[in-house]
Amino acid sequence: MLEIEIDGKKLTVPDGSTVMEAAEAVGTYIPHFCYHKKLSVAANCRMCLVQVEKAPKPLPACATPVTDGMRVFTKSDLAVKAQQGVMEFLLINHPLDCPICDQGGECQLQDLAVGYGDVDSRFSEVKRVVPNKDLGPLISTDMTRCIHCTRCVRFSEEIAGAQEIGMAGRGEHSEVMSFIGLTVDSEISGNVIDLCPVGALTSKPFRYQARSWELSRRKGVSPHDGLGSNLILQTKGGRVVRVLPRENESINECWISDRDRFSYEALMSSERLLTPELTIGGQVVSTSWDSALSKVAEEIKGTIEKFGADSIGVVASPNSTVEELYLINKLFGGGLGVRAINTFGRMSDYRLVSESEGVRWLGQSISELRQSDLFMIVGSDLRMESPLLAQQIRQSVKRGAELCVLSPSSSKQLCRSVERIVRPDELLSSLVSIAHSVVVKIGKSVPAVLQLAGLLADDDPMVEAIAKVAGRGGRISILLGEQVENSPQALEIAKVASLFAEAISAEFGWSFASANKVGAQLLTVDSADPTFSRQRKMLIGFGVDLCADSPNAQLMSHQVRAADALVLFSPFKPLSHVAPFSASLPVAPFSETGGSYINIEGVVQAFNGAVRCAGDARPGWKVLRVLGNLLSIPGFDYQSVEDVRRAALGDLEKLSSSTLNNSIDVEDVRINEKHNALIRVGDVPIYQSDAVVRRSHSLQETKLAGCSRLARMNSKTLSSLMINHGDNVLVSQGGAEFSIVAEEDDTLPDFAVALPAVIDGCGVLGELYGPISVKKNM
Amino acid sequence: MLTADSLFQIDLELKKYPESQKRSAVMSALRIAQSELGWLSQDTIKFVAGYLGLMPMAVYEVATFYNMYDLAPRGKYKLTVCTNLPCALSGGEDALDYLKRKLSISIGEVTADGRFSLHEGECMGACGYAPVVLVNNHSMCRNMTPQAIDSMLAEFD
Ligand code: SF4
Ligand code: FES
Ligand code: FES
Repeated sequence: MLEIEIDGKKLTVPDGSTVMEAAEAVGTYIPHFCYHKKLSVAANCRMCLVQVEKAPKPLPACATPVTDGMRVFTKSDLAVKAQQGVMEFLLINHPLDCPICDQGGECQLQDLAVGYGDVDSRFSEVKRVVPNKDLGPLISTDMTRCIHCTRCVRFSEEIAGAQEIGMAGRGEHSEVMSFIGLTVDSEISGNVIDLCPVGALTSKPFRYQARSWELSRRKGVSPHDGLGSNLILQTKGGRVVRVLPRENESINECWISDRDRFSYEALMSSERLLTPELTIGGQVVSTSWDSALSKVAEEIKGTIEKFGADSIGVVASPNSTVEELYLINKLFGGGLGVRAINTFGRMSDYRLVSESEGVRWLGQSISELRQSDLFMIVGSDLRMESPLLAQQIRQSVKRGAELCVLSPSSSKQLCRSVERIVRPDELLSSLVSIAHSVVVKIGKSVPAVLQLAGLLADDDPMVEAIAKVAGRGGRISILLGEQVENSPQALEIAKVASLFAEAISAEFGWSFASANKVGAQLLTVDSADPTFSRQRKMLIGFGVDLCADSPNAQLMSHQVRAADALVLFSPFKPLSHVAPFSASLPVAPFSETGGSYINIEGVVQAFNGAVRCAGDARPGWKVLRVLGNLLSIPGFDYQSVEDVRRAALGDLEKLSSSTLNNSIDVEDVRINEKHNALIRVGDVPIYQSDAVVRRSHSLQETKLAGCSRLARMNSKTLSSLMINHGDNVLVSQGGAEFSIVAEEDDTLPDFAVALPAVIDGCGVLGELYGPISVKKNM
Repeated sequence: MLTADSLFQIDLELKKYPESQKRSAVMSALRIAQSELGWLSQDTIKFVAGYLGLMPMAVYEVATFYNMYDLAPRGKYKLTVCTNLPCALSGGEDALDYLKRKLSISIGEVTADGRFSLHEGECMGACGYAPVVLVNNHSMCRNMTPQAIDSMLAEFD
């Protein structure tokens, strides 16, 4: 520990601290631009100059290490004069176009210029002008305003993992830009907007929408992935106009993903459903809530009377709130006896629900996860599923942890990693082989199940890496992702992973790509009878696009077409009204309703609605309450969303460790025969993950969204099918065909076709990880 | 894109640094690529980036920082005139003007016959011999009075 005195205040700080950190610890603000606590120290803006006793000239606080007994003056004449001098230099080339700058009112340069700038400028020469750059559909640029702090550059390299932004040129000619012709395509790129201390990088969708002082701030929680990133929803005139991160070191630190940041655009899109609509005998009519809900209640009663409760199937999004899921289960399950309630998104192996001993979760807290010495990610394209979790793992790898990935297809890890890419139907056997080899290598006894597949070569890099860390008793975390969750062999893979974890004393858990998968498991009464396994008379959807959000779009679209009645609770217009009786009921999206989500570490995060509901939309819990009363089900007299939450969770803030339990109750694991038939890799594209994201048009214009509109195969697969890169191909599953462009992608395993789970016209495609055929379109 | 010989030279450079620090070889790799191809096109920069496992922007930053990397095709003889202060005080600006008039091109341009291109340079550490002109990044010509420039130009084929 070192002693330091800042402006007369004494404190001790740990060795290696900088003056800036020490000042922060005593609450002394030192003006700065380039310093950021999550980025490396660049010390290039010089705004943080302070006076240090015995130093002949002012020193930059962000880059000056504390020495014992140091005395620092941040407001002495010398310091202030230095800071004023720096400000004068910074303003020399700054355009001072604050009146037309989106950053105005929340600009660090503007703020500090008030404190340290002069009333007028001594600089009468011509200012430099820098052409703007095209960084893609999310980030708008006014590069003349850039003060070259390089925060954006350091973010792209250090946090996003790939240096897409850089500073070209030198001295007066330096320009911050992306490589010529390339945009910034990171899944967390939007954070540079927050980092940029001036108005050089601003949000494109938000451009000229509002001034910062007109905005109200409301707390929110991300509805898109299992991390539960904390958000600030900024609103103006009853609309959400911008989303920013709310700092929470134990969850999202100070970042959010682009999906969290820009999905709000869908909330105001023309696709919002604003009044209840009924379709009777082919006629679509807008109607009042009273008539819509009483018609729906009648229809439900009628269906149950005639065909029984099993003729109804309910599909609710795993991004629905705890309160909504609780009421859905209480209303349809408890109240009406419906058994087919599917709140698990694209999961297709329902044994996972019946054989799990508790609520599956991360298996540890997020902060504990970050401390791992080795991450083994099984069946996950983590960057696309949970961009910030992937970012946190990347940071751990930078600090020395190892990363092993076993997956049918994965984006680049952007850090040191050992990867093994296998066909989706070989995920199980590969995992068994790896587990078998590692356990043998560290000389432990091998459980019978792990002996089902042979040993790998002795120098297999993944086996070596895991055995090394396991051998020295390091902390290992095995994470299963959506590719397992949605796999037909999910149960076996989970069982093997848990046995493996046990054998090498590793942590084992799940990383879900939905906001409330943990809540969905907790609240589900009974779902052993998945909705799509047989034809239902009536289908009820909550917050989903029935086909796009299903594990088998082909089956679901048959179901939808054959159903007599369709009831859709959704913020958005349905894609079509097809059933003889259809009702579309506008329920509030995450920004317009109170509720709570339980994230992958079991933490309950509640939030209130940020704005009033658009049009006639109503919070889901209220709609369900009214419907419950109309159907005369007792116990639907909640006064507030807090009432519902209390009924669902009591006063829990975090699920207890007896509820959260990843154990799988199965003895018999069998491994499929190896074969070489073409198989589909049906991952969920990042910007198709749920009904909201799907309708956010800026996200849809990104390169990441574009990549997911192709059928990708490796060169071996392409040549064996006599298809060339760029050819139009016909893909078919279950007899239905679909035409799409083929692309070569050598990161895929042999005889696998990466065809996203959601893609225009995907309604004809079936199993996400099932057999598929591909031929050239003549 | 590059010949086996150039790649071999880059590999030699790479050997000087630890496996995980390929970035350290970026300047040498660019130099080698430029000596083979004459200048650094965007494709060359992307190629070098790919070869070293870097993002193209990381290589572009370096290529744009140093004057001796040419980001556009240059003349057969690349004439770089130093115009930093000591040279400027001893006739560097005049040497530049003289060359401009003589070749009828301005800074950054190439003569119509492709023989000469004119560039402005930073201090070459040879201020004592000001004004200084550097030819093709390698040979230094000193005391470049108009007469000296004439005789220098006359020596080129
Ligand atoms: S664009 Fe903004 S963040 Fe990037 S260097 Fe310039 S001022 Fe800094
Ligand atoms: S904050 Fe210290 S130099 Fe920029
Ligand atoms: S100023 Fe020209 S060589 Fe130094």
